[in-house]
Amino acid sequence: MKKITSPNRILLLLTGLLAAYQIAIGIDGLSIFVITSYMVAFGVLLVAGLLLIILGFDVLNSPIVVVVSTLIPLSLSMGLVSQYLPNFELPYLVFACIGLLAILITRYVRPTKIATIVLAIVHGIAGLLIAFLPLNLVLRKEVAPGFIFVGIGGILIGIGGLLLSFLRVGKPLLPARTIFSLLPGLLLLMTASFVLGMALG
Amino acid sequence: MFKTRYILTRLRSKLRTYWSLIKSLQTGLLLLTGLAGYMSARCPVITWKTLLALAGSLFLAISGSTVLNMVHDRDIDAIMKRTCNRPLPQNRIGVKEATAFGIGISAIGIGWALILEPLYGLVVFVGFFTDVVVYTMWLKRCTALSVIWGGIAGGMPVLAGRVLGTGTIDWVAILLAVGVLFWIPTHIMTFNLRNKTDYMQAGVPTFPSIYGNKTTHIVIALSSIASAIAMGIASYGIGMTWGYLRVLIVLSAGLLLLASSSLLRPSERLNFGLFKYASVYMMSSMVLVLAETF
Repeated sequence: MKKITSPNRILLLLTGLLAAYQIAIGIDGLSIFVITSYMVAFGVLLVAGLLLIILGFDVLNSPIVVVVSTLIPLSLSMGLVSQYLPNFELPYLVFACIGLLAILITRYVRPTKIATIVLAIVHGIAGLLIAFLPLNLVLRKEVAPGFIFVGIGGILIGIGGLLLSFLRVGKPLLPARTIFSLLPGLLLLMTASFVLGMALG
Repeated sequence: MFKTRYILTRLRSKLRTYWSLIKSLQTGLLLLTGLAGYMSARCPVITWKTLLALAGSLFLAISGSTVLNMVHDRDIDAIMKRTCNRPLPQNRIGVKEATAFGIGISAIGIGWALILEPLYGLVVFVGFFTDVVVYTMWLKRCTALSVIWGGIAGGMPVLAGRVLGTGTIDWVAILLAVGVLFWIPTHIMTFNLRNKTDYMQAGVPTFPSIYGNKTTHIVIALSSIASAIAMGIASYGIGMTWGYLRVLIVLSAGLLLLASSSLLRPSERLNFGLFKYASVYMMSSMVLVLAETF
């Protein structure tokens, strides 16, 4: 397992601080459900950043990583749907719950093909929503142009989530060392994009 | 020229030895709890003069008690791998000199605290007495339950800070102290688990060696829950805004997740993670209390 370096630790600390800022200040004034959804997403980022700093990349060996790396896009997309597409709130909540449950259950299924398919579907839908809903809202001039950064964050989270999840299910898209080298920077960029987008939007 | 350089080198080396005697990280964290306790009382009681006096007196009292603990525990420190490089077992400083240093800074710290505000000074003194006499000298080598007294001593700086800010011992002060009290077992027991053999060799009864690893993990999980609840209610009592409370909830959830994982699938690595995270958790909670004031 690749050893975590000091620059990596700094990047992760900055990620944690940005996530903490967003939880404390960046999501005020929204409905309780939206706040809770965003709080889960940024909360997982905050705690994951701290655990990576403390335990290093070894923590990524835990079977819980697949669930955690799914929880971020699912809760974030849930918040976006609830905030901007309130009519779809309940159906999407049902999809998010079933998706998370399916990922949990298929962790224990052999062969892993089913797990990979379930993972790709859930991640794919959540990732596409985070990436393209902001773009759609900006084009329709429902939000300020700066909100596009949320979409950029969505693309980054999609990349990060897929890399990690497929690594955990034993079908890595890139060598593990490359993924670990990219991860801290990717996490920071993604968090910064979300914070910036939500502040500007 | 050479003489000056020699004196400077000696002085630097002496200061380095004194600095390692006070366990700067642990002292710093306890000092932070004291400052947070004081700041939690909010304006208009906060003045920079009082704040600096609080920081100075607490720093000296906590450092003094740490030095005296090291003097008393020098024999067991010499046996344990983790502590055998400390200044006293290594003879980098004499027992008399370290004792005089410890008593000296403790006396200045407690005296300063008493002058600042008698009730605050009393709490600082109780913390000092509980830590040095009750915990280290009396109970540490007799019973594994001494950790409770270590916890009570650890909760005193935040209580003292709050007392200085409000002039009284209110329920928020007690809850803040209880939050630290319950955090201490998470901190000390994960440490005990990690260095179990060391402590056994030194003849120090610890929770894992007396009650077993499983019971220790259960106690750690329960004390983490109790600490998170106490900190949460205290923060609400302080009047912490929802934004900061949300961050505290997230950090508490992380602590509970780690404690329960360590309970269900105990491992050396996870235990180390819990030990570190518990410190980060306490530091962050106190920073949130401080941030709220600004």
